[in-house]
Amino acid sequence: MGDSETDLERDAQSRKAIDASARLPVVFMMASGVFWLLFGTVLAFIASFKLHSPWFLADQAWLTFGRVRPAHLNTMIYGWASMTGIGVLLWLQARLSRVRVPLRKSLIAVGVVWNFAVLAGTVAILAGGSTSVEWLEFPPWVAAILGALFVVVMAASVLTFVRRNVEHVYVSQWYLFGAVFWFPFLYIAGNLVIHGTGASGVAEATANWWYAHNVLGIWFTPIGLAAAYYFIPKVIGRPIHSYYLSLLGFWTLALFYNWAGTHHLIGGPIPLWVQTVGIVASMMMFIPVITVAINHHMTMVGHFDKLEYSPTLRFIVFGAMSYTLVSVQGSLTALRVVNETTHFTHYTIAHAHLGMYAFVTMVLFGSMYYILPRLTGREWSSGPLIRAHFWTTGLGMVLYWVGLTIGGWIQGQMLKNPDIAFIEIVQTTLPYLWSRSFAAALMSVGHFIFAYLVGRMLYEWATDRGKDRLPPMLGGDQ
Amino acid sequence: MSDTRSHPDGPRPDDDDGRQVWLTPPESMQHSLFIAAGVLATVIASYVGLVAIPNWQVNRLEPVMLDNGETYPAERSELAQKGKDVYIDLGCVYCHSQQVRQNDFGGDLSRGWGMRSSVPLDYTREETPVLGTMRTGPDLRNIGGRQPSRQWHYLHLYNPRITSPGSTMPPFRFLFDTVPIEGRTNVPVGRVDMPEEHSVPGHYVVATDRARALVEYLLSLDHDQTLPENANRGTDPEQVDR
Repeated sequence: MGDSETDLERDAQSRKAIDASARLPVVFMMASGVFWLLFGTVLAFIASFKLHSPWFLADQAWLTFGRVRPAHLNTMIYGWASMTGIGVLLWLQARLSRVRVPLRKSLIAVGVVWNFAVLAGTVAILAGGSTSVEWLEFPPWVAAILGALFVVVMAASVLTFVRRNVEHVYVSQWYLFGAVFWFPFLYIAGNLVIHGTGASGVAEATANWWYAHNVLGIWFTPIGLAAAYYFIPKVIGRPIHSYYLSLLGFWTLALFYNWAGTHHLIGGPIPLWVQTVGIVASMMMFIPVITVAINHHMTMVGHFDKLEYSPTLRFIVFGAMSYTLVSVQGSLTALRVVNETTHFTHYTIAHAHLGMYAFVTMVLFGSMYYILPRLTGREWSSGPLIRAHFWTTGLGMVLYWVGLTIGGWIQGQMLKNPDIAFIEIVQTTLPYLWSRSFAAALMSVGHFIFAYLVGRMLYEWATDRGKDRLPPMLGGDQ
Repeated sequence: MSDTRSHPDGPRPDDDDGRQVWLTPPESMQHSLFIAAGVLATVIASYVGLVAIPNWQVNRLEPVMLDNGETYPAERSELAQKGKDVYIDLGCVYCHSQQVRQNDFGGDLSRGWGMRSSVPLDYTREETPVLGTMRTGPDLRNIGGRQPSRQWHYLHLYNPRITSPGSTMPPFRFLFDTVPIEGRTNVPVGRVDMPEEHSVPGHYVVATDRARALVEYLLSLDHDQTLPENANRGTDPEQVDR
């Protein structure tokens, strides 16, 4: 590739045009995502507190634990992570394909309707319309709207990719391209089978866990990995360690992750072979996970000092390492000997948050730290606040995971022993549930700090202020 | 944004994209059709394997005739079916499972949660089984057999700590009405026998229709029947009896 002055100038102009095209839809998606992050955080805290203090907000049906908990999960999944993830997906695919974001007006309309759909679904859950099918609690009519919206996102992203204006397709583009095919299929098929007449009896449970596990596996994971594959080399300024490892990692993930979901039903009343398939696929997941871990680590080697300065790199590397950890933990948990103890306990809740939070959410934070300044033309307003965001969420997550993993393991060991009265197990888990509420408080502080930073940036952008601010430095001599 | 300043997130605004690939990738991965076909094939394959085939296998199960001449699983009464809707809308499933695990796998049987482990046949009449994945509270698959008293369930729902000291289950007082005793000539349907220290002075505590339906459903949860030798359970018998 020629690197003459004019080439560089032309490239800079092209990026400027791409960012201009991405500005409204992507900023709208991300701002909506942050709104749902706060909403889901409040619900999370209420749910967590109720587990050790059942008298808390117990007098209204709409605030009972069995409604607040799914409301939390669904606002986080379909509000925060999906909307922000779509923002990252659209921007990354446009930048990497070197074409403007297409269907911009439709995408903004998608964002608007999406917010109403998530709001309607959440209100429905709190009002008693939940389906109690995990990860699919929204009533079917809300799911129908979201399904249609997903198809528009898919169309925009596929259009971007097929119009691409580059010689080489980068690793991140495969993952993004995969995600926009996988998820609409998964969501629409999952809803049709479960809410339609397609499945009944325990077949509905296998369909449920095929779906729920794949939301993380073939929707958020490819977006998270695409972001990690993009931002790590970008920030440290060197290419990814091995292209061929990336290729192996991508196709083995595509082959195996799909089949792992039934490990959520081990020991349950479903045909044994379905459980075994889930366990085998979970073991096979070691291949893509180790491949990606080696690739990211070898790319980072010699550049870890940059973590001190770059907010993007800090959050993304935290997320990428968590991906390795959560995947290894997930594979091991699928083994029957481990699952016998951990199934039905808080251990699983800790594991789910290691995936959706320590990996996906942290990667999304890191991506936003990179993307938003480029779209708004404003720098982040405070290095110390970014640091505070990182440490409250990072430490909060570690505390959350350690507390519930230990508590859940003890809970599981006690459950296996019939000589221990059930009520004794309930009482034993209480300190660990308190530690979770404390961790939730820490993470909530981080979310409000982050929302302030994003809100201030958008305010300055909307009111045409703050153009001259220097980028904040996180550490070092500053 | 100035061109000369070095930025903590790496170079800008001259951060060029599309130049990160310094090796030539395989030709096939340049084609959107190839990738699209590949990714769709993977997800469709798992759909067939984990959704379509188990569905086919399980949907063939038919209720069986027990030795005592009853059909199993029995059809739930209309009230119990309404109670299941209450169970679903209140999200009981987030703390209670409805599956007794296999013999020698977890302590379910020795804990007294069932005489045998659950099999697909047990759920064959259920449009939406609520198997659950969490045991903050105990398994409820056979709670109707274990705890057959309606009054026990009312008290437990009204305030779990009346019947189960130390419980962390939330109270469901919103499923009950308080009705003044004065001026009433008859005892209202669904009246709860409150212990003295928990009673509401001058009032009856009365289960609402929703509470009565929910308790009817809980009482119907009794799936402990011994199945005939030759019944198609939907799973390998060795899986259960090993």
